[in-house]
Amino acid sequence: MQADIFAKKKRNTLAFLLLLGALTILAMIITEYNVLKGFTSIPKAIQWGMANFYPTAESLEKLPVILDKLQETLLVSIAATTAAAVFALLFSIFGSNTTRVNAFFGAITRGIATVFRNIDVAAWALILLFSFGQSALTGYFALFFGSFGFLTRAFTETIDEVSGGSVEALKATGAGYFSIIFQSVIPSSIPQLISWILFMIETNIRSATLIGLLTGSGIGFTFNLYYKSLAYDTASLVVVVIIAAILLIEYASNYVRKVIL
Amino acid sequence: MEVKEQLSNVTAPSVHLLGKRIPAKPLNKAAIVTRLTLFILAALTVYAFYSFDYKELDFMDALLGTFANLKTIFLEPHLKHFSFGHALYQVMVTLGLAFLTTLFGAIIAVLFGLMAAENLSSRRVSIVIKSMVAFIRAVPTVLWVLIFAVAAGLGSTAAVIGMTFHSIGYLIKAYSESFEELDRGVIEALQASGANWWQIVFQAVIPSSITYMISWTFLRFEINFAVAVAMGAAAGAGGIGFDMFMASSFYLDMREIGAITYFILAVAVILEIFAAKIKRKLKTV
Amino acid sequence: MAALLEVNHLTKQFGKDSKALTDVSFSVQEGEFVSIIGPSGAGKSTLLRCINRMIDASGGEIRFQDHHVMDLKKKELKQVRTKIGMIFQHYNLVNRLSVIENTLHGKLGTKSTWAGVLGLYSNEEKKQAIQILNVLGLNEMIYKRADQLSGGQKQRVGIARALIQNPRMLLCDEPIASLDPNSAKVIMDHLKKVSTTMGITVVVNLHQVDVAIKYSDRIIGINKGQVVYNGSAKALTSEDIQRIYGSEAEDLIFDIGGIHAG
Repeated sequence: MQADIFAKKKRNTLAFLLLLGALTILAMIITEYNVLKGFTSIPKAIQWGMANFYPTAESLEKLPVILDKLQETLLVSIAATTAAAVFALLFSIFGSNTTRVNAFFGAITRGIATVFRNIDVAAWALILLFSFGQSALTGYFALFFGSFGFLTRAFTETIDEVSGGSVEALKATGAGYFSIIFQSVIPSSIPQLISWILFMIETNIRSATLIGLLTGSGIGFTFNLYYKSLAYDTASLVVVVIIAAILLIEYASNYVRKVIL
Repeated sequence: MEVKEQLSNVTAPSVHLLGKRIPAKPLNKAAIVTRLTLFILAALTVYAFYSFDYKELDFMDALLGTFANLKTIFLEPHLKHFSFGHALYQVMVTLGLAFLTTLFGAIIAVLFGLMAAENLSSRRVSIVIKSMVAFIRAVPTVLWVLIFAVAAGLGSTAAVIGMTFHSIGYLIKAYSESFEELDRGVIEALQASGANWWQIVFQAVIPSSITYMISWTFLRFEINFAVAVAMGAAAGAGGIGFDMFMASSFYLDMREIGAITYFILAVAVILEIFAAKIKRKLKTV
Repeated sequence: MAALLEVNHLTKQFGKDSKALTDVSFSVQEGEFVSIIGPSGAGKSTLLRCINRMIDASGGEIRFQDHHVMDLKKKELKQVRTKIGMIFQHYNLVNRLSVIENTLHGKLGTKSTWAGVLGLYSNEEKKQAIQILNVLGLNEMIYKRADQLSGGQKQRVGIARALIQNPRMLLCDEPIASLDPNSAKVIMDHLKKVSTTMGITVVVNLHQVDVAIKYSDRIIGINKGQVVYNGSAKALTSEDIQRIYGSEAEDLIFDIGGIHAG
C-alpha cells in the first residue's frame, strides 16, 4: 500500500511521457518536420533579421501608403467586431440558460454559434472570396462570421455567470421578459461584454493581416507585396507599424478595462 | 401604518431633491468610459462602412451571390481533386503541426512562466518577460511564419517555429497566472524547511497547478489547430489548409471547399467537446 | 544549560520609518516551551521569521547552536533551516498532494536538487513519515489529499512536516489562530508532547493569553516591537498583561485568576 502510491505515480508519469514522445515522433514524421533545421533556423533567422529586416530611410517614403492600408485594416476589424457583437448579443440572450425563451431555441442558437465559431476566419475568407473577390468586404465578412461565433459563446458564458441571481430577483417582482433583459441582464454584464469586444478587436487586427494576405487587401496584402518582391526593409516597416498599432490598441483597451471592470 | 410612517421618514431628508430630475444611475467614471467606448466604436463602424473601397461591387448582388454560393458549398460538397483518404491524411498533418507547436510552446512556456510568476521570481524579471510576451503577441502569427520561412524555407519547419511564438506568449501568460495562484505561505513553508527553488517548483508549484496547465495547454491546442489550417492556406505549412487554399484559389471549386470545410468543422467540434469536458472536470476537482 | 537560541539587540525596519522590532533580546534554553504574546501588529510574526531568516533583520545578532544566523551564506542557511521546523497559521500545505507527500516535503532540505525535483524518497523516510503521522493520530489519512482534511488535521500534517526534519527547535506562527477550540487544544497538546517527550525546543506565537499561560514554561510579551515582559508563565500578573496589551487588555484579563487556579 505504501509503496503503491509512489510507484503508481511514477508509472503514470512515465506512461504519459512515453505517450507524449510517441505522438511527437509521429507528428514529426507526418508533418515532415525537420528537427535540425528547426533549431538552426532560429539563430539563422536572427542573423538574417539583423542584416536585412529593419526599416531604412528609403522605406520610410512608403509610410503614408502603409498607414493608409493600416487604417483600412483597423476600420474593417472594428466594424466587423461591432456588427458581430450586435448579432452575438441577440443570439447569446436567446442561447443563455438564464435568459432563453425555451430550451429548443436555446439549443438551436447555440448550435449555429458553434458552427460559425469552428470555421476559422481563414476558411471563411477562402469561402467568401468567391462572392466578394479581392475587396475589403471579403475580409469584413470573414471577420464578421468568425467574431460572431466567438462572441456568441463568450457573451453566453458571461450572461450565464453574471445574471443568474438578478434575473430571479426581477422575475420575483413580476417584471416582464424585456424589462428583465434591459434592466438587469445587459447592465450587469455590459463591462464584461465590452471587455470581450475589445479583446475581439485586438484579435481581429491580427487576423485581418492574415486575411489580407489571402484575399489581397489591407495591410496583409501590403506586407506580402514587399515580402514577395524581397523588399525586406519596407516589409519590416509594415511589421513595425502593425506592432505599434496593436500595442496602442491593447493599451487603450486595458485602460478601458481597468476603469469599467 | 407604521411602515408607511417609516418610509416617509426615510424619504424626508431628500425632499430638497423634489422638482429636480433625480438620476437613477450615478454618472461616475466607469459609466462615462463605458458610454464613450460604445460611442467611439459605433462612430468608427459607421465611418468604416462609409470609407470602404467597394470596387464597384454591387452589394446586394454580392450578398445574394454569397447565399447561393453558401448553398452550393454546404449542401453539395464533393471531393474531386483529392481522395477522401488524402483529405483525412492532410487533416492529420494539420493536427500534427498543431501538436508540435503546442508541445514546443508548452515546454518553453513552463520555463518562462516560472520566471514571469511574481511569487517565484523577482519583479524586474517578471516585467521583462511580460513585456517580451506583449511584443511577441503583437506580431501576427502569419508574419512570424513568413519571417522564419526566409531562414528555414517555406514549409512545415518554418510554420511550426513561427506558430510556436504565439503559443509561447499565450501559455506564459496562462501558466504564470496559475503559478501565481499558489499561496505564498506554501512557498514560505518549504523555504523554511530548507528546500531550494527547483524543489519548490516541482514539489509544490507544478503539482498545485498541473490541472490548470493541462487544460490551458489543450485549449491552446484547439486554437493551434485553427492556426495550422490558416498557415496551411497562407504560408505554405501544408495540411488541409493548403488543400483548401488550392480549391479556393486554384481549382475554384466551391463544392470541394464545402467538403474540406466539413472536415475542418468536424475536427474542430470534436476538439471543442474534449476541451469542454476537460474544463468541466477541472471545475469539479 | 546552554542556550539553544540567543537573540541580542535585534532590530527590524520596514521602509524608512516603520520599526517592526526595536532592540529585542532574549534567549531560549534547550527543551524549553516559550510563548511569545502581544497584540496584533506587535511584531510577533516578524520576530519569528527573523530567527530562521525568512525575513532579514536590520541589526543585532541571532545565535542558534553555534551559528551566527545573520552571517550565514545561502548553503549554510539552508542547513540551519533543516534543523528548525516551522508551523504556520494557515498550515501552508500543497493542497493537491497527499498527506504523506506533504509530510515528506520536510525532507527536501536534506536532499539533492534532483532527488527533490523528482520526489525520490527512500523507504526509511517513508517509514518515518508514517510513524510520525501515526503518533499524530493521522494513520487513516496518510493517502488522502490535503484539501480533504479539516483545519485541525491540516495543522497536524503541518506538525508532521516539521517533525520529519528531525528539528532541534520548532517555530510556530499562530498555530491555532484559525482553529476551533477543540482542534486548538489537540494541536497545543501535541506541541507540548513534542516538547516534553522528544526534548524539542518550541517557540510559539500566540494571541490567547490563557493558552500561553497554560502550556508554556516561559512567556515573552511584546508590544510595539519591544520586549515588555520576559519571565515564567506562572509569574504573569494582570499588570503585566496590561503592559503587553495596552488598551486591549480589558477584554483579556477577565479570568486570569481562574487560569492560574486551574
